[in-house]
Amino acid sequence: MTANGAVEQSFYDQVLEATPNGERLRLCLQCGDCSGICPFGYLMIHPPSRMIANLRADRFEKVLDTDTVWMCVSCYACTAVCPVQIPLTPGLMARTKEELILAGNVPAELQSALENSQRYGNPLGESPRKRADWATGIVPEVKILGKIKKKVDVLWFVGDYPSYHPRVQSITKALTKVLNALGVDFGILGPEESSDGDSQRLAGERGLFEMLAEKNGAVFSKYEFNEIITTDPHAYNAIKNEYPGLEISYPIRHYTEFLADRLDQLKPLLKHALKAKVTYHDPCYLGRANEIYDQPRAILQAIPGLELLEMSHNHKNSLCCGGGGGGMWLDGFQWEKAHVRLSEWRIAEALATGAEILAVACPYESPRFEDAAKTVQGAGQLKVRDIAELLVEAMGN
Amino acid sequence: MNIVILVKLVPDLVEELTVDTSGIALDTAWLRLIINEFDDHAIEQGILLKERGGGQVTVVAADIEGVDDVLFTAAAKGADRLIKVKADFTGVNNHALARAFTTVIKELQPDLVLTGVQANNDLDGSLGPLLAGCLEMPYVGYLSGVSLAEGKTKVRKEYPGGLIAEMDVTLPAVLGIQAAEQPPRYVAVSKVRQVMKTSTIEERTVSGLDMTGGPTLARMFQTEAGQRATMITGSPDEVAAKLVGIFKELGVL
Amino acid sequence: MNQDIYVVIEHLRGQVAEISFVMLAGARELAKGLGGNVVAVLLGHNAQGLAGNPSAGSGKYLSADKVLYIDHPALADFTSDAYQKALAGLVGKDQPRAVLFGSTSIGTDLASTLSIKLGLPMVSSCRSFSADGKFISQICGGKIMAEGDLPGPTALVTMVPGGYKAEQGQSAQAPGITQVEIPALESLRVTLAGYIEPEAGDVDIAKEPVLVSVGRGIQNQDNISLAEDLAKALGGVVSGSRPVIDQGWLATSRLVGKSGKHVKPKIYLALGISGAPEHAEAITDSNTIIAINTDPAAPIFNIAKYGAEIDLFDLVEVLTAQVKAAKGS
Repeated sequence: MTANGAVEQSFYDQVLEATPNGERLRLCLQCGDCSGICPFGYLMIHPPSRMIANLRADRFEKVLDTDTVWMCVSCYACTAVCPVQIPLTPGLMARTKEELILAGNVPAELQSALENSQRYGNPLGESPRKRADWATGIVPEVKILGKIKKKVDVLWFVGDYPSYHPRVQSITKALTKVLNALGVDFGILGPEESSDGDSQRLAGERGLFEMLAEKNGAVFSKYEFNEIITTDPHAYNAIKNEYPGLEISYPIRHYTEFLADRLDQLKPLLKHALKAKVTYHDPCYLGRANEIYDQPRAILQAIPGLELLEMSHNHKNSLCCGGGGGGMWLDGFQWEKAHVRLSEWRIAEALATGAEILAVACPYESPRFEDAAKTVQGAGQLKVRDIAELLVEAMGN
Repeated sequence: MNIVILVKLVPDLVEELTVDTSGIALDTAWLRLIINEFDDHAIEQGILLKERGGGQVTVVAADIEGVDDVLFTAAAKGADRLIKVKADFTGVNNHALARAFTTVIKELQPDLVLTGVQANNDLDGSLGPLLAGCLEMPYVGYLSGVSLAEGKTKVRKEYPGGLIAEMDVTLPAVLGIQAAEQPPRYVAVSKVRQVMKTSTIEERTVSGLDMTGGPTLARMFQTEAGQRATMITGSPDEVAAKLVGIFKELGVL
Repeated sequence: MNQDIYVVIEHLRGQVAEISFVMLAGARELAKGLGGNVVAVLLGHNAQGLAGNPSAGSGKYLSADKVLYIDHPALADFTSDAYQKALAGLVGKDQPRAVLFGSTSIGTDLASTLSIKLGLPMVSSCRSFSADGKFISQICGGKIMAEGDLPGPTALVTMVPGGYKAEQGQSAQAPGITQVEIPALESLRVTLAGYIEPEAGDVDIAKEPVLVSVGRGIQNQDNISLAEDLAKALGGVVSGSRPVIDQGWLATSRLVGKSGKHVKPKIYLALGISGAPEHAEAITDSNTIIAINTDPAAPIFNIAKYGAEIDLFDLVEVLTAQVKAAKGS
């Protein structure tokens, strides 16, 4: 076996170890579907199928010599389309990024997000003590488990951007209103909560992901609750699919699943009609990666007056906003190469439906789409709203 | 080339800083300590010098909470030896730290000592030049480049406005790093965890810290917190006139 | 007991640095309470002119009761070893009440080493002195102030700008100069090889004192010239937030933000910039942020010192005209 053969073997072994069904990497047909569906595939010197080809040809160092794998936004499109179900996103792409990080090849923006995650438990570099500041002044007071030390029915895993980013805090507060209106007994971890770590994992920092997961796992085990809910599809994905591999197992639902279950209770509260044409963007990690398509739509359709339209890419082939999986922290880098943002493409699609409101269900999306709407021609009037915010509007609060 | 790097942990400015009940020191209850950013650059510069010209890099720090992580991270980047100095560091000032490190450094007989040019909690000068005084070595600070030649080192010293002075410094010397020639590299968490299993941190003990040379404080207090901007109102002409007044006050006009 | 306050004058290539005047102002405050003199210490080679002639551009002299001048070829340009050795002799002999240094690339190369060498106490990051002769220092990124009695017998103090204005350390009259002899300066371990000028034409926004920064609100590339006129009038340059650079309206070197440069100019004038976290974090070290934005809820108003809820297109040309008029007078 050549020296590079050793690289190939160890690469396979590590993908195998870290990813369920990782061995399917050997089944690649070289059909190129993955490279074709990848939104930035046209800019990569080595899109996914070519990465595998190089790996097999003992030439993986060619892939590691370029930095184009940082164009990957971990949108899962390749994984969803692969005919032999290779876990491309969590296996191949994440593992290759890991190799680059180990070799010291890390775009500066990503580096600071990773360092911040390590030091402060969030990629934004905010003080962990301020993680629940968004809840200040809310009546009834939002229960922080470390303070009340009592059992709650639902643990709401709030997440990084929903806790700290001003635009996304509005969504967090909106969901608080909805949960209170429904009489849900919920609590949050506040300063004890760390980043779910999923985007960091997809960006190639497996060690950091495990560290964050372990921290969260230790905190979860201190408290009593029946289930976890979250607004963040990435946290949902992590806790549902990745934490169990680290012996951290809890039932978790995305808030749209949780609310869809309670539609009978919710509908009477939606007294104000929202006469608007609304199109819904399927977040990559809620839709494609976890196949939750119907519940968000059911909630939107429960809002009186709302007309739901579909964009040309919807459900499984929805277009990524460019934020998850590290994309949020590779924005500058990707812009340099692409001179276009995925979020701008999506805004153009939303406009084409004739919609007045773009409804979202993931914390990265509101800031990204609102920014894009400012630069896309004709999108000046398009509003971006999280489903929770639309519910609050319909509740008349 | 025997390179020694001194590292300090300093208050993290992300957290709110408050003064304790003594009235002359920071409250440590919520204080987060992180590596002094400039010392991080010194580590990077030291590793770069080793990668270019060979040699050994030793990182030395005071044994306070959080130091192990800092030292192991340095090892994961390429440092060869890690030393922590044990003593009672309550209320320590830079003069005392410099004296405490001097014994250890003399033992190591370095060609070059690198440290950050300053730290955010310096009140009695910076560690680098104090150390140079104790070791009787020359000191040059505010450096953004270091290259080694036989028996001496060429340094790039920064002045305001982007002006740089190139100087030759006879070794052994202490250098104060402002910026490494490339930003401090990222090291994966998995690599640091690996290093923790394979590296050891040596210990040295120093007794009786000598604080002479630092000031005694009468009072420590928070600078007045900033508030929402003072809003200027009026017609464009009126607003412009007020702004011109502000520009004059600031010495720009 | 000598109650004089010595100020180590900083100069670079024939120009006295502004910090020197700030220190002289501070020294005057201190000397008043102690009943001593303000003594400017000038080291150089054929550099008497710096004290005896108006310093370049300002038309003002060093405001000191006298100047002690040490001349030696090795002191022609600043190097730490030579300057430190020359000062050690002077301070050791004269034993003034305090010696002020700039908290700069020059001053910090000297003060601490002298503290150890001469066994004298020191205080750093001093911003000002109180009426009763206490030092007031600012540390921890400006968040914490520390105050105390000036240590003795001779306090070595490094000073930061902000507490005094340069004008307060300037005088209309030239001070008297006394030349001081020093023993030979030998075995110097630090020598100057040469200077490297900053690249001409390539703007480093991180080093500019005034930035006129544009955001989405500027709307198109043509409007940037409005900002450029204002920047020029204020002696600064134009910078921008991410969307402006992304549109290609400004070069990447002008980007202020998380993925661009962190800046700390004296004045950061933000035109039509909302102040999202990614931008805000790169400008919070600015001395003075002035925000112009029609949106009262723009987060930039929470970090700016001054703000105006006015359309930048109504303001900028008017402001440029007024600035030019103010300069002309």
